[in-house]
Amino acid sequence: MVATISKIATGNGHGENSPYFDGWKAYEANPFHPTDRPDGVIQMGLAENQLCFNFIKKWLMHHPEASLCSAEGVDRFKETALFQDYNGLPEFRQAVAKFMGKVRGDRVKFDPDRVVMSGGATGAHEMVAFCLADPGEAFLVPTPYYPGFDRDLRWRTGVELVPVVCESSNNFKITRNALEAAYEKATEANLRVKGVLITNPSNPLGTILDRDTLRSVVKFINEKNIHLIGDEIYAATVFMEPEFVSISEIIEEVECNRDLIHIVYSLSKDMGFPGFRVGIVYSYNDAVVSCARKMSSFGLVSSQTQHLIASMLSDDDFVDSFIVESKDQLFKRHKYFTWNLSLVGIGSLKSNAGLFIWMDLRKLLKEKTFEAEMDLWRVIINEVKLNVSPGSSFHCNEPGWFRVCFANMDDHTMEIALLRIRTFMLKHNEAMVPGKLCRRSSLKLSFSRRRVDDFMSPSIMSPHSPIPQSPLVRART
Amino acid sequence: MGVLSRKATCNSHGQDSSYFLGWQEYEKNPYDEVTNPHGIIQMGLAENQLSFDLLESWLAKNPDAASFRRDGQSIFKELALFQDYHGLPAFKNALVDFMAEIRGNKVTFDPNHIVLTAGATSANETLMFCLAEQGDAFLLPTPYYPGFDRDLKWRTGVEIVPIECTSSNRFQITASALEKAYEQAQKKNLRVKGVLVTNPSNPLGTSMTRDELDLLVNFISDKEIHLISDEIYSGTVFSSPAFVSIMEVLKDRNLEKTEVWERVHIVYSLSKDLGLPGFRVGAIYSNDPIVVAAATKMSSFGLVSSQTQYLLSAMLSDKKFTKEYIAKNHKRLQKRRSKLVAGLEKAGIGCLESNAGLFCWVDMRHLLSSDTFEAEMELWKRIVYDVKLNISPGSSCHCIEPGWFRVCFANMSEDTLKLAMQRLKSFVGSIAVNDRSHRDLKNSRRKFRTKWVFRLSFQSFHDREQDER
Repeated sequence: MVATISKIATGNGHGENSPYFDGWKAYEANPFHPTDRPDGVIQMGLAENQLCFNFIKKWLMHHPEASLCSAEGVDRFKETALFQDYNGLPEFRQAVAKFMGKVRGDRVKFDPDRVVMSGGATGAHEMVAFCLADPGEAFLVPTPYYPGFDRDLRWRTGVELVPVVCESSNNFKITRNALEAAYEKATEANLRVKGVLITNPSNPLGTILDRDTLRSVVKFINEKNIHLIGDEIYAATVFMEPEFVSISEIIEEVECNRDLIHIVYSLSKDMGFPGFRVGIVYSYNDAVVSCARKMSSFGLVSSQTQHLIASMLSDDDFVDSFIVESKDQLFKRHKYFTWNLSLVGIGSLKSNAGLFIWMDLRKLLKEKTFEAEMDLWRVIINEVKLNVSPGSSFHCNEPGWFRVCFANMDDHTMEIALLRIRTFMLKHNEAMVPGKLCRRSSLKLSFSRRRVDDFMSPSIMSPHSPIPQSPLVRART
Repeated sequence: MGVLSRKATCNSHGQDSSYFLGWQEYEKNPYDEVTNPHGIIQMGLAENQLSFDLLESWLAKNPDAASFRRDGQSIFKELALFQDYHGLPAFKNALVDFMAEIRGNKVTFDPNHIVLTAGATSANETLMFCLAEQGDAFLLPTPYYPGFDRDLKWRTGVEIVPIECTSSNRFQITASALEKAYEQAQKKNLRVKGVLVTNPSNPLGTSMTRDELDLLVNFISDKEIHLISDEIYSGTVFSSPAFVSIMEVLKDRNLEKTEVWERVHIVYSLSKDLGLPGFRVGAIYSNDPIVVAAATKMSSFGLVSSQTQYLLSAMLSDKKFTKEYIAKNHKRLQKRRSKLVAGLEKAGIGCLESNAGLFCWVDMRHLLSSDTFEAEMELWKRIVYDVKLNISPGSSCHCIEPGWFRVCFANMSEDTLKLAMQRLKSFVGSIAVNDRSHRDLKNSRRKFRTKWVFRLSFQSFHDREQDER
């Protein structure tokens, strides 16, 4: 008998054959660079937060002791390098708990003893699935959702995901009916439902769950006696009203069995540190905390990084100003981006959080099918040279939506991206039958056309014009 | 309460083992020279604390690596954003070079075949997920590291079947033991997917002989199964015989590019060789590109912090440093081991001859009230609670002979080791004989002592020679 590799290793459960990753491959084959490869693909498929590094670097320069290896920090080197306790450095847990509270406006307090480390949010999700479900059992997940969940929650765990279908007609809100329908569907398929996973703020929508929806979800899981996993990794990216509401707040307001409530957190999005692999599982269930702690051995946070994060997040002044600064930068970038898009007739779901927008390109589809969505997507990648993520990879039930990231590039690159979009839309608008368009929305079109002409003036087209000079921002309409 | 998974409610995390219970007792009452001089001395933790000064002095001379800078420029942003599961190329290159250096450069490793993981804990589990289905089995020689019960079995559903080794031949793996284990697995209806060995061995502290390695290669060829060689202690081989890696054996037998070649995988880590367990640096090295590809994707669940990758890429690329570190570290480990052995000898206790690791495999069979595991537990409890030393009982390592204990020597100061040995000596001296007649005990002690003293004398003579050099 020839030794084989496992089914897990040879199967497709890693999800990398999804179109979500195809765009990345196109980008990697020809990545944009302002001087070396100005015609390369601009990466708008990566939800990274690159807007606050200067702010953070300033803090680092003034705090050499945050690095274990500097002269100021080396006294702690040995004991930290030896520290492999899966409970984590106490100061790390305390700093993370405090940060989580501050991000929620100190409306709730988090207990450092419930903070469990994991290998990023990726590791956290897998770990929670291992703790809560057996192979063959299922979680309900509202669509559209982050494609990585298919791998993180299912691949090695054998757990299933059943979609809770959300519609654009009500801005993709999670309704009680949709939850019930998903639950029934799972039951019919003989899948035992163990919980509901919500991402709040949502990836890819960039919206937050309102209080009523949250209460409704909490009510639902209590009635069914199933778990609720709240992925709140974008909590600090809520850059404008309405204010973020965490499930940690809801359970203080409504009757709830706390043993069912678990939060997944990370510093990858809120702080922009995906490379440091700081994932957190915060559970209100003691047995889960205990089990997760033992499992965290498979993905502990490097103690060197724990030390850095503990130093940084224990500095109240830094944290308070960082949270404000980050929101400010995200707000500005989001506003600039969406405003410019609207001027060429591109809309997106109204959002107040996240590092991306949920762009509405339904009217650009040749027909209302996912094939047409894929066709359009290929055009965007190959002709417009932007890597964006098609809605189908997020299991959206309606074709024509795309997730487009805006916080992972500098201002100059953003300008280039917008220029390419404008150029594309111009060509597209011209290609459409003029009469038909005029009859439908002549006012709108001529308004758009005029604004596009404004863009063509040299001062705006110049790659060196910084944002504040742009009449778009000055105009404030 | 919403019901949790079976994994969450079972005991497969292995934390109820005496291996971990001893730690817990230590945590309750830890020795401190000043604040708690009567506390429990930790001798159950295989850490290398002997060479931190070398690391710290390197850090002082290399401020850039310390502070997110390269050539004076800040690379903080780049590092903070770097989450590519292929790992930092500079780090992988430095790591494979280091691995080759440890093997006397008799073998080289391809950085494209290495996968970085959050510690060897994660590496071992990931390999199980890649090579076996739930319910499949791996054969492991006993005694083995207690953590394997969790790492290999817990979330994977894989089973472990022991390859029983005994003191009759210094716990070496034999062809018959391998066959017996294979048959055992078949009787239990378990499909054997491979063998996992730890070389150098934890808890034995010995490196595998070429014969044993040849035996393994023959066995896995014959059965067409995998071989995982956990070589996390390869840099701690402080005296002869020199370390022989499985890769060297395959190379010497011209087995590169054969089927067997692709079924051999190595697990590595910097936790023992560099003494950095907190930094969670593990690695899988596989000759099979499919395994490399799958393991790379799985490493998403436990990547190495980019901050740590960067620091260590700088450190390990400094060949002057690695050469000096490896040499000095060996010397210190060897010296420290002889101190432990001498201390044990004074207490009339012998141990297995060893040339590697951070611990000794100590023979306390003559102190057992009976040749049973109950007696071993009884003795262990006395040592933990009365003598106040946390050592690891052989049963927690699945040893089939009662009376053996793993005692670590590199995780404390020399003074603390001295104190531990004094305590042990007093304890042995005061042992009252219950089940055996005094005369019987004296005779058996004499017999053992003669055997072990001979070995020990030879050993300490050898060591003295080294010092004089």
